[in-house]
Amino acid sequence: MKARVTVTLKSGILDPQGKAIEGALKSLGVEGVASVRQGKVFDIELSATDKAKAEAALKQAADKLLANTVIENYRVEVTG
Amino acid sequence: MKSAVLVFPGINRERDMARALTLISGRAPAMVWHAETALPAGTDLVVIPGGFSYGDYLRCGAIAARAPIMDAVRAHAENGGLVLAICNGFQIACEAGLLPGVLMRNAQLKFICKDVYLRVERSDTPFSRGYNAGQVIRVPVAHGEGNYIADADTIARLEAEGRVLYRYVSPDGALDPAWNHNGATNAIAGIINARGNVLGMMPHPENHVEAAMGCTDGRGLFAGLVEHLAQAA
Repeated sequence: MKARVTVTLKSGILDPQGKAIEGALKSLGVEGVASVRQGKVFDIELSATDKAKAEAALKQAADKLLANTVIENYRVEVTG
Repeated sequence: MKSAVLVFPGINRERDMARALTLISGRAPAMVWHAETALPAGTDLVVIPGGFSYGDYLRCGAIAARAPIMDAVRAHAENGGLVLAICNGFQIACEAGLLPGVLMRNAQLKFICKDVYLRVERSDTPFSRGYNAGQVIRVPVAHGEGNYIADADTIARLEAEGRVLYRYVSPDGALDPAWNHNGATNAIAGIINARGNVLGMMPHPENHVEAAMGCTDGRGLFAGLVEHLAQAA
């Protein structure tokens, strides 16, 4: 079973890396970029075949390690 | 003072720390590998030193904070034992839940490696009794992620409880955004936990302890710890 965990900064948390990327996009002449927030994507393969169990394990992984919930949100998707 | 310095893969300030502890306390610390599950019996002070544990993978300090030795460090802190967490150690302590908040990327996105000025906010703690309240000390920093943030309630609580021990200031001790090198909330350089036995700070007092280093302003922190433990004994 394959899954993806997406970790993003909570709104209101200053994201200097996103700002730098935003600036670089503007200097490259990419038009219409209003703002950029960066984050992380984890593609995970699981031995579980039960979707609910897989989601529970991924939630545990995100809470315990993948995300720092003081500053980050995460989203878990079982992709197939 | 019986101290233990934790060693994680990618840490690089553990020898500086061991040298400073040996010099000031007269006793060499135990060097404790991250895969251990216990601290040496009778450890008074655990030091989490600076460096780049696990190459700063995932988030600074995130992987080290989950190392086997950290359960023993948490138990040590819960029993009232002292923990000094410097630089990457501060990041590890936050990730491990020993201290609140997070160290984010420096606001200016630059790795900062230079001397900074810190104001000692109070002198009635084990980690600051070697100084006078209001005293300004000069110590080096070397970090890319030292921009301390926490939610508004946590910041308000830290301030109300006097848990900000060290703040980035100008050489004459004034709060000034120009001297808050990494953009930290309220110019916070170092905080203690609610119980007052865990200190996390980004600057490196261990690198200003000998005349040959050009400055000895960092000695007070270690001398204060030695004095505190001698009195407690």
